[in-house]
Amino acid sequence: MRMNAMLALPASFYRLMGRGGFFGWLGLALLLAIVCVAVFAPLLSPYDPLEQSIVMRLMPPSAEHLFGTDSFGRDVLSRVIYGSRVSLLVGFVSILIAMTVGTIIGVVSGYIGGRLDQLVMAIADVMLSFPSLLLGLLVAAVLGASLENLIIAIAITEIAPFIRLARAPTLALKEREFIEAGRALGFGHVRLMGVHILPNLIADVLVMGSLWMATAIRTEASLSFIGLGVRPPTPTWGGMIREGFENILDAWWLAVFPSIAVLLTVLALNLLGDALRDATDPKYRKR
Amino acid sequence: MVEHIQAPVLDIRGLRTEFLIDGQWHAAVRGLSLTVERNETLAIVGESGSGKSMTALSILGLLPKGSGRIGSGEILYGGQNLTRLNERRLRRIRGSEIAMIFQEPMTSLNPTMRVGEQIAETIQSHRRIGKREARELVQALLRKVGIPSPEKRMDDYPHQFSGGMRQRVMIAMAIACEPKILLADEPTTALDVTIQAQVLAVLNQLKAEQGMAMIFITHNLGVVALIADRVAVMYAGEIVETASVSELFNHPAHPYTEALLAAMPRVDVKSAAIRPIPGQVPSIQAMPRGCAFAARCPLKIERCEQDAPRLAPLKDAGLHRVSCFVRNPEAA
Repeated sequence: MRMNAMLALPASFYRLMGRGGFFGWLGLALLLAIVCVAVFAPLLSPYDPLEQSIVMRLMPPSAEHLFGTDSFGRDVLSRVIYGSRVSLLVGFVSILIAMTVGTIIGVVSGYIGGRLDQLVMAIADVMLSFPSLLLGLLVAAVLGASLENLIIAIAITEIAPFIRLARAPTLALKEREFIEAGRALGFGHVRLMGVHILPNLIADVLVMGSLWMATAIRTEASLSFIGLGVRPPTPTWGGMIREGFENILDAWWLAVFPSIAVLLTVLALNLLGDALRDATDPKYRKR
Repeated sequence: MVEHIQAPVLDIRGLRTEFLIDGQWHAAVRGLSLTVERNETLAIVGESGSGKSMTALSILGLLPKGSGRIGSGEILYGGQNLTRLNERRLRRIRGSEIAMIFQEPMTSLNPTMRVGEQIAETIQSHRRIGKREARELVQALLRKVGIPSPEKRMDDYPHQFSGGMRQRVMIAMAIACEPKILLADEPTTALDVTIQAQVLAVLNQLKAEQGMAMIFITHNLGVVALIADRVAVMYAGEIVETASVSELFNHPAHPYTEALLAAMPRVDVKSAAIRPIPGQVPSIQAMPRGCAFAARCPLKIERCEQDAPRLAPLKDAGLHRVSCFVRNPEAA
């Protein structure tokens, strides 16, 4: 029964993961490893990511500098390690904002219905019709480049899918007997939405959050690549790829290692998200 | 019998509830009047589509917005007309003064919330109460509706309860604020017969303890005999007969009531003697001009198709009221 899987998230999470299979566990392990790298960056990185050295410019990977050095002589490995902080922070916070705002708008819109619902859905459709990079570009360009604005820009690009995701089950849930029973017992609208509708769709939202976090990290890398992200010298994966791109023929290691980092993070989140979706969706459930 | 010394708790006068179908308003409840006394159980009986549930939803102002409305009439409760109250004041009455329980105990509880929390929520949405006090109150309520070891069961989820137990939980939620009136819309229909009897016993006991009035909506005459003091028989949105339980079962006057009683399966009568009622309830879009039951009535006279009879007391039996030209000369 689907409802059972949604009852208590912490307990049911393990049950879900049990159904997620090998790739789900792989994704979770990978993600945990990346989070550890971000958290323990000062302990793990062999050099200061900002320390420049004229002598050590553009050194290829060696025992001393495993990922080589960049055009300022900075250690690429240390910069990749520190770059994970920005990527995860941006990905996590922007998705958290998009998820919260989008879900609230979706539930309220679906619950109230009528004209308001039509208007909200029209706006969401317009937002969905823009590629997220283009929309992010627009917002980031208007707001200016900084970490906060980057987070806001990415959050805005990803609100629409959460509005849709939260609205659809709300439409079905508000017709259910326990909502009518609640109304007959004198519950207010806020209580019905927050206590009775929201918990019944939160699992879906969280699953999609993990999938969209991958997109957020990709968008962050893309925006930093174009130069609309975090200002240098703060190491970010997207920014490093851009710098490396200019020297791709002479110094391949500059772009390749941060690219692999983005790839692994996005892969981990997608594996985890897919496994969670499969486990909560009875249609995909195999065992 | 209940004595008529006090004013009734609920007094419905000429209620007309309408629904929007294909751009036109059609009446599902047509000029219904009834009263309920303190500590009285009134059963509203009728087949599906007779407007029983709509009457209950009208009382609480829970008609679907946009497609349902109260066309005319008054619902008087505690000196105020419920049809005139705004949503906020109605919400304060719902659950605390007038509560309702529904037919489907399996789906009327939120599957993601512990049972105890759901009961506590009803209390919290009407008055401020501490966490500990709420827990104790919930336990007492669960004990009252006959759920064993409530201190453990209150932390279970609805899917861990059986149908009968869930209906008890629903009842606990409904009586949590000690309402003056309990509306029960087919509360036992979805339950096994043995469980039905238990739930009815619980309701009866609670009614006596708390002095509530109860409006019990059902299509099951067996249940009526067990629980009701007085019965109102509804047909096509109108009350066609109302009397005390014993009077109605022993001397049914309206041909529809007779037909209902004859259609009820009984142990002491051969099943061949069950007589189904031919035909169907007229659709609310095509109400006949005269008596709504005329097309299915074995006693039909010419007048039945011309004029609508009115609900009038039978001679020599003041509380027994029937709307039938043939059986009650006063109905004209």
